[in-house]
Amino acid sequence: MDIFLQQLINGLTIGSIYALIALGYTMVYGIMQLINFAHGEVVMIGAMVTITFINLLVGMGVHLPGPLLLLAGLMMAIPVSMLVGYAIERVAYRPLRRAPRLAPLITAIGLSIVLQQLASLIWGRSFRPFPAILETNVHDFFGASITSLQIASMLITIALLAGLFFLVERTKLGRAMRATSQNPDVAGLMGVNINTIISTTFMIGSALGAVAGVMVAANYDQAHPYMGALIGLKAFTAAVLGGIGNLAGAVVGGFLLGFIESMGSGYLGTWTDGAFGSNYKDIFAFIVLIAVLVFRPSGLLGERVADRA
Amino acid sequence: MSQALLQIKNLKVAYGGIHAVKGIDLEIQPGELVALIGANGAGKSTTLKTLVGMVKPAEGEILFKGAATNKLPVYDYVREGMVLVPEGRGIFSRLTVEENLQMGAYVRNDKAEIAADIERVFGLFPRLKERHKQLAGTLSGGEQQMVAIGRAMMSRPKLLLLDEPSMGLAPIIVQKIFEIIRMIAAEGVTMLLVEQNAKLALQTANRGYVMESGKITLADSAENLLANEAIQKAYLGE
Repeated sequence: MDIFLQQLINGLTIGSIYALIALGYTMVYGIMQLINFAHGEVVMIGAMVTITFINLLVGMGVHLPGPLLLLAGLMMAIPVSMLVGYAIERVAYRPLRRAPRLAPLITAIGLSIVLQQLASLIWGRSFRPFPAILETNVHDFFGASITSLQIASMLITIALLAGLFFLVERTKLGRAMRATSQNPDVAGLMGVNINTIISTTFMIGSALGAVAGVMVAANYDQAHPYMGALIGLKAFTAAVLGGIGNLAGAVVGGFLLGFIESMGSGYLGTWTDGAFGSNYKDIFAFIVLIAVLVFRPSGLLGERVADRA
Repeated sequence: MSQALLQIKNLKVAYGGIHAVKGIDLEIQPGELVALIGANGAGKSTTLKTLVGMVKPAEGEILFKGAATNKLPVYDYVREGMVLVPEGRGIFSRLTVEENLQMGAYVRNDKAEIAADIERVFGLFPRLKERHKQLAGTLSGGEQQMVAIGRAMMSRPKLLLLDEPSMGLAPIIVQKIFEIIRMIAAEGVTMLLVEQNAKLALQTANRGYVMESGKITLADSAENLLANEAIQKAYLGE
């Protein structure tokens, strides 16, 4: 039983991270029917910038409590990631707005390689340890253990999700975003500057991605220039699982994928009599991706994929 | 003579490799309801799209309130007071009726006035009030057309451009929509109405232009056009 509870906690933690990243994919898809395959790199840059900035502060002899240092790093990472997200759209997608769909897909992949290489030039190709600024507070939770960091990650995710849903559903900007995603030409006629809305969407998605990147780095104590590829692909799977283009779907897909992955890795050893261990955990995301694409390509909450393809 | 609200001089538009509009002149005075009629593919819709900047003209001049509009980005036309009710209605199907109307007032920031205008639109279209929380995509075609017209009215336009408001609607609904168009005209809103239903359009308008293969072939008062034998044969089915 406690392995179940433990894996549930781990699944919720990683699931909240997937959800935050998946939102970035799904928002961009919703507004321009495009998979931003460079989004994983935005997540990675968020993590790397935070680590660098915290190390810088510590190196300068700044004495702050760990959580505040982390917050400072995050405050640095968010604008940098937003800027990168903005630049990605300007450089790789805007010139190809009216091009065949394959073109922006190829530039997306190209750009993600460029960003990985740039990052490895700046930060080196090896793992960067997350600075040891946080005390590890482990709490007992009905026989399973949960760290303060895990609790904080989940709470922050919930707060960000609530904020995002309020923005999209209740504000004028959100209404314009939804209108643009449904009918950009008419939104333009109503006075909406489509380019501004698209840029804003990229920047919001990137900000969420940066937070997620920092959570990955803090929870797993490391980051590296190639981390974006795998976590990005998994979050993309989560977005597809929930129904790409659907915000609630991205959240559901994220948590569900986190749950599947952590249960799978927790029990894989038992199921296969020890032939495979938890080091095979990455296969679950891709089994899910293939299964969704084969059996329900519109995802759990999505409806409108076929008529757009 | 007062200054024309809209003045089109020698407008030429090439659209998708086709010369859709081949040098037209058109003028609308404040308060007028002008109909632009013609067969399918005559260039009527292209003319409207060019007026709101969705299509760039190849040649010619468009003056709105006496100033050239050709440098404006699409999203600035509505700020200037020109708004299009697009062909096929172009509603936001997964926004509620009320949200669609709010989108029409996107360029405005006077919250209280916007709320009052929404009530005014509901006054024109009581059906929409009943359905204000419903997703616009679930409405009937006629109701969607009401949303599209109401949404355009929300920007408080000086010139309302209507592209085929009768398209795809049952005759009884078409009558209803044209009733609304007359009511809006009575409020003093200037309109340019593009229609294939020439008879109804000319019965509603003050003046009319007839467009054929990208050119204006006739311009006259609506009465004279309705009485014109050639027009009757070609467009009025008489």
